[in-house]
Amino acid sequence: MNIHEYQAKEILSSFGIPVPRGRVALTSDQVERAAKEFGGRCVVKAQIYAGGRGKAGGVKLVHHPEQAQELGKELFGKRLVTIQTGPEGLKVRRILVEEAVEIAREFYLSITLDRTTSRYCLIASAEGGVEIEEVAAKSPEKIHMLTIDPFVGLRPYQARRIALALGLKGSVCEDSVDLILNLYKCCLEKDCFLVEINPLVITKAGWLLAMDAKITFDDNALFRHREYPDMMDYSQLDPLEINAGKYDLSYIKLKGNIGCMVNGAGLAMATLDVLKEYGGEPANFLDVGGGATREKVAEAFKIIMEDPDVKGVFVNIFGGIMRCDVIAQGIIEAASGLHCTLPIVVRMDGSQVEEGKRLLMESGLNVQVGVNLGDGAARIVKMLG
Amino acid sequence: MSILLNNNSKVIVQGITGRSGLFHTQLCRDYGTKIVAGVTPGKGGIHIEGIPVFNTVDEAVRYTGANVSMIFVPPPAAADAILEACDAGLDLAVCITEGIPVRDMVLARKVLQGSRTRLVGPNCPGVITPDECKVGIMPGYIHKKGKIGVVSRSGTLTYEAVKQLTEAGLGQSTCVGIGGDPIIGMNFIDVLSLFNQDPETEAVFMIGEIGGSAEEDAAEWVRENMKKPVAAFIAGVTAPPGKRMGHAGAIITGGKGKAEDKIRTLTECGVIVSSSPTRMGEAMLEALGNKGKKK
Repeated sequence: MNIHEYQAKEILSSFGIPVPRGRVALTSDQVERAAKEFGGRCVVKAQIYAGGRGKAGGVKLVHHPEQAQELGKELFGKRLVTIQTGPEGLKVRRILVEEAVEIAREFYLSITLDRTTSRYCLIASAEGGVEIEEVAAKSPEKIHMLTIDPFVGLRPYQARRIALALGLKGSVCEDSVDLILNLYKCCLEKDCFLVEINPLVITKAGWLLAMDAKITFDDNALFRHREYPDMMDYSQLDPLEINAGKYDLSYIKLKGNIGCMVNGAGLAMATLDVLKEYGGEPANFLDVGGGATREKVAEAFKIIMEDPDVKGVFVNIFGGIMRCDVIAQGIIEAASGLHCTLPIVVRMDGSQVEEGKRLLMESGLNVQVGVNLGDGAARIVKMLG
Repeated sequence: MSILLNNNSKVIVQGITGRSGLFHTQLCRDYGTKIVAGVTPGKGGIHIEGIPVFNTVDEAVRYTGANVSMIFVPPPAAADAILEACDAGLDLAVCITEGIPVRDMVLARKVLQGSRTRLVGPNCPGVITPDECKVGIMPGYIHKKGKIGVVSRSGTLTYEAVKQLTEAGLGQSTCVGIGGDPIIGMNFIDVLSLFNQDPETEAVFMIGEIGGSAEEDAAEWVRENMKKPVAAFIAGVTAPPGKRMGHAGAIITGGKGKAEDKIRTLTECGVIVSSSPTRMGEAMLEALGNKGKKK
């Protein structure tokens, strides 16, 4: 789960990490007032769940409160398109107004999970403010990495080694040791997949400041973090994805016209691959979970049908231990309830397959049954002609 | 022969009194698995479906001599259950539980390193040695005893692969679902090396998906060490970057973890990669045929 920059900064600040003074605005008048508070000269930052905002015009330095207000008017409600959002962009509903800071140097600092070692890993670079992937690709020697032993934790001497490698000296070096240790503490206590400060800056006055921050929470840790749901900005998500989440379904909107319902993430991906192979374009990824139930299948069907782009539906359920007649009933119930006349192809495997097929064929729906994965994909593509 | 499980495996179920724990316990027992005990803290002393329940794994092992555990404990306590299985010195712990926090697994993985206990999962379908022992939630009937080892990051896609193998006349020695989480116990290489040593396994089918670099690492290992033919399928060729495809691990980030890179590396390392999920059985036959030609 992602959160906004201003929320990430609030969290970092609560762990003793210095961030610039800032105000969150919901209207352009609030942007103006915040700008006044900071003496006119300030940074206006659109808050969306994606990076690359600067290049897309979502982050600007302004010099007067009126200018800030104008920019606020321009940004609010606009769909900001960055390299990370896709062509549809993300709507700006909140703006962070921050004091302008004179920057001397910029760094990159993050802690994230390293899958190859199954441990958290600290990443630092003296090349701050740019895409870290680019630095890693072009000049890997500029990236400093430290794998953290979960029993020993992150030790001050290790943090100091990183700080020295970044070229920090004196009191700033010691300040950054504290900052790095606090970042690790934050990562653990808040159950983060990623905590990133990019850039971490040293101001001309010699202070460390987290100028931009990104935090991604581990969704699986929700049960011990009641504060997670309140931090969620649902306006940043696809409404269908939110709806699917309520039913514990994993849904992702795609660009095509064939609605897909599959049990299991791997099989769902493979199903999209097969549809493309047969010349079809999937409208979505939808995993109803390994052990799909009648209720989940029915809810999933409704969610698929809410997408106006969907012109046909492909259901691929490899139940095994689930009863196909029960799954078929779920599909029939949902489709009949919605008066669905679109072509549907169902491929099912599991117990009671024949009974499930019979129910579908006698349902009066525009439905065909695929005997296997390839046959099912071929049928739906053909039905959509 | 087989790997990890056989006729002699004695299995306990941690979380046996939960709904899915009990449901799958019964299915495994029907398949022929020797379920000797269950563990649910606070419920020690009762019998459920004729199976004795203990408060701790340690007790269950002392009374029954079990060597394998199947874990259905809910996410908040699941890492603890894994550690308990490890502490009791079991040979194998298979964790089915989905949704364990990463922070918990970072710790559990560190404890497991250097211990005698092998962990499969979490968030996996489990392990099955056809006609001998099933420890997991996979449907038993699609399997057939034979000589193909199967290792997979996926759940239901593994069933699809196994079905195609069985239909192609290729039975399985053991099928291992290693799980789709970012942190898991046994990885591809751990399982491949067991198959490599198992005299009854003639070839291996491997199922991977987008995200991470586990498939690439496995490919390099196969090139250096594998004495048996390997075929593979990678799901997610058409997955868009930056979108998490269900599994926490299945995401293309920073240009890494793409299916095409995995397929290229596997092919370069001598693995026959199925171009479509509809032709997994054929890919395995092709890999076996190539081996015949070399001879």
